[in-house]
Amino acid sequence: MTPANEPSRGATWLSALTANAPLAEGYPATVQVVDATLAGEPARYIAVVPDPDNRFPRVRNGEVGLIEGWELARAVREIVAADADRRTKRAIVAVVDVASQAYGRREEAYGIHQALAGAAGAYADARLAGHPVIGLIVGRAMSGALLAHGYQANRLIALDDADVMVHAMGKAAAARVTLRSVEELEALAAKIPPMAYDVGSFATLGLLWRLLRVERPDAPSSADLDRVDTCLVEALADIRADARRDLSGRLQQAPRQMSKRVRERLRADWREG
Amino acid sequence: MNTEELLRRSSFIELGARERSGALLDAGSMRELIGPFDRFVSPWLAGQGVVTQADDGVVVGKGRIDGEPAVVLAIEGAFQGGSMGEVGGAKIAGALELAAEDNRRGIPTRAVIVFETGGVRLQEANLGLAAIAEIHAAIVDLRRYQPVIGITAGTVGCFGGMSIAAGLCSYLIVTREARLGLNGPAVIEQEAGIEEYDSRDRPFIWSFTGGEQRYHSKLVDAYIEDDVDAIREKVRAALRDGVPPRHRSDRHEAFLACLAAVDPAQQPRPAEVRALYQRGL
Amino acid sequence: MERIRLEFPAGQPARHRAAVGVVGSGDLEVLLEPNTAGSTAVSITTSVNGMRRVWEAVLTRILGAAPLPAMKIEINDFGATPGVVRMRIEQAFEELNAADGK
Repeated sequence: MTPANEPSRGATWLSALTANAPLAEGYPATVQVVDATLAGEPARYIAVVPDPDNRFPRVRNGEVGLIEGWELARAVREIVAADADRRTKRAIVAVVDVASQAYGRREEAYGIHQALAGAAGAYADARLAGHPVIGLIVGRAMSGALLAHGYQANRLIALDDADVMVHAMGKAAAARVTLRSVEELEALAAKIPPMAYDVGSFATLGLLWRLLRVERPDAPSSADLDRVDTCLVEALADIRADARRDLSGRLQQAPRQMSKRVRERLRADWREG
Repeated sequence: MNTEELLRRSSFIELGARERSGALLDAGSMRELIGPFDRFVSPWLAGQGVVTQADDGVVVGKGRIDGEPAVVLAIEGAFQGGSMGEVGGAKIAGALELAAEDNRRGIPTRAVIVFETGGVRLQEANLGLAAIAEIHAAIVDLRRYQPVIGITAGTVGCFGGMSIAAGLCSYLIVTREARLGLNGPAVIEQEAGIEEYDSRDRPFIWSFTGGEQRYHSKLVDAYIEDDVDAIREKVRAALRDGVPPRHRSDRHEAFLACLAAVDPAQQPRPAEVRALYQRGL
Repeated sequence: MERIRLEFPAGQPARHRAAVGVVGSGDLEVLLEPNTAGSTAVSITTSVNGMRRVWEAVLTRILGAAPLPAMKIEINDFGATPGVVRMRIEQAFEELNAADGK
């Protein structure tokens, strides 16, 4: 975990991958947008970062709140609009380190569900329009925040590290909701891979394209940066070589065989007679 | 409303998922895909001592609406709170994907989703979440060709990652009983404290996330009485309206302009939310 | 969670199938299909342990009396009372009979 007042992992990796390129203007402190390059071509990098001084009191630790959802949508749609008449669509890299969606009265009142839909829809539309969308998970990737920022990517990459976590709900809250103790939950997670919190277990589900080990996930060395950048470049090439613009690449591993079987059966029975 | 009208009404809320699906499709046109006798159950629940439901809590009804090919995805709120597991989530995503494919082949298959769900099924956590992401992807794909209609009637409402799915729909239909919000009240109270959100204060919760409030805040498109015929008619009307020129989820500029006028130092009041969005959206 | 299997003598195979109920708190799902002639096989999965005798009693009352078609009955139960169990099984029978009328 990053101590307070130091840049989050998301902010650190965003600036490292873009060689400290300046932030695009006009975005709030929580949504960092950088126009840089990937494989020598222009690409937009986006991260959601903590702002301890956020005017919205429930969005100070890297959560995705109302403003963040809509600004993510804006950051993505701007690129889609700019490239509308271009044959080669720019890559969009979502650098993911998001604690959760924001929990609060203001958020529910003004429709945070709709703001996150704005973000998810923008990323999905970008992907369908032919923009290579890459999700790079460098820290937490939780629940609604991940659905809004990262989960619509063509390819998902995660760092292999104890502080990288993908899940639907924090442990304490999940334990309360399912009326179990945290210990019971952890015991279940040990035998039921989709319930586990560690990224190693997550990787067995077939949702990641790559799991990457680096030396210093909190403060990447230049070797670390090379490694990740190379992976991003490979992901870009992989996406461009793929005629499909959907998420079907996530259905390959054994733990998701029912997801595959359901689709096969629906297809077989779709037409009558 | 007089007694006669009251007696003529037929509650949609009281119907289970299978009946809801049948009620929304043209009479006699429903064919259930991967029904209970196929026993596509959750592979993850028995190992945790949780009894499975044969259809994993999702009914896929293929048929016609107003004579056109359609599929109704109805979530059974009574099973595990309508939460999304691997199989149920795949039924929804897979059906939406096939509907989009149909459209690319010139078949105008449209979809209706009946949201009665708390979001991810925590007993399947990451596979539930992944399925929801695929549902989002499939809605965005399909809605380019046909309107995707979402209905939330109650009593469970629509929460979690599925509220985001609702936000991606072309049109949303709700009743008074319905709620539409991202986080469950209990979770908000746990995370933010009872002063911020009292999960036992029902009028408070409905005042912010209830169907009527959402309608007057322009976050949903239709606010209908709990009546099967009325809801069925509204679905048909929405489908006839076609794909909207701009989906609600595409309107980031309008929403950002509205939110810029909010003073986050104050807690919101329901009337303020209505006024803000009625002016700005 | 417990699994219980019971068998009862029965007549000719049922001519249809039926699915009723939901696995909700205090409720159950009943799936009914034809079985080979002569016996009805009941397979119960229940969230409440230690109630085998009660299930035997309830099902004997419903299935042990008048001659019924041979069925495979699958029950997925989430703590229903005997009254609700009976109600759902009878609902399933009604669906079978209604299908007969079509």
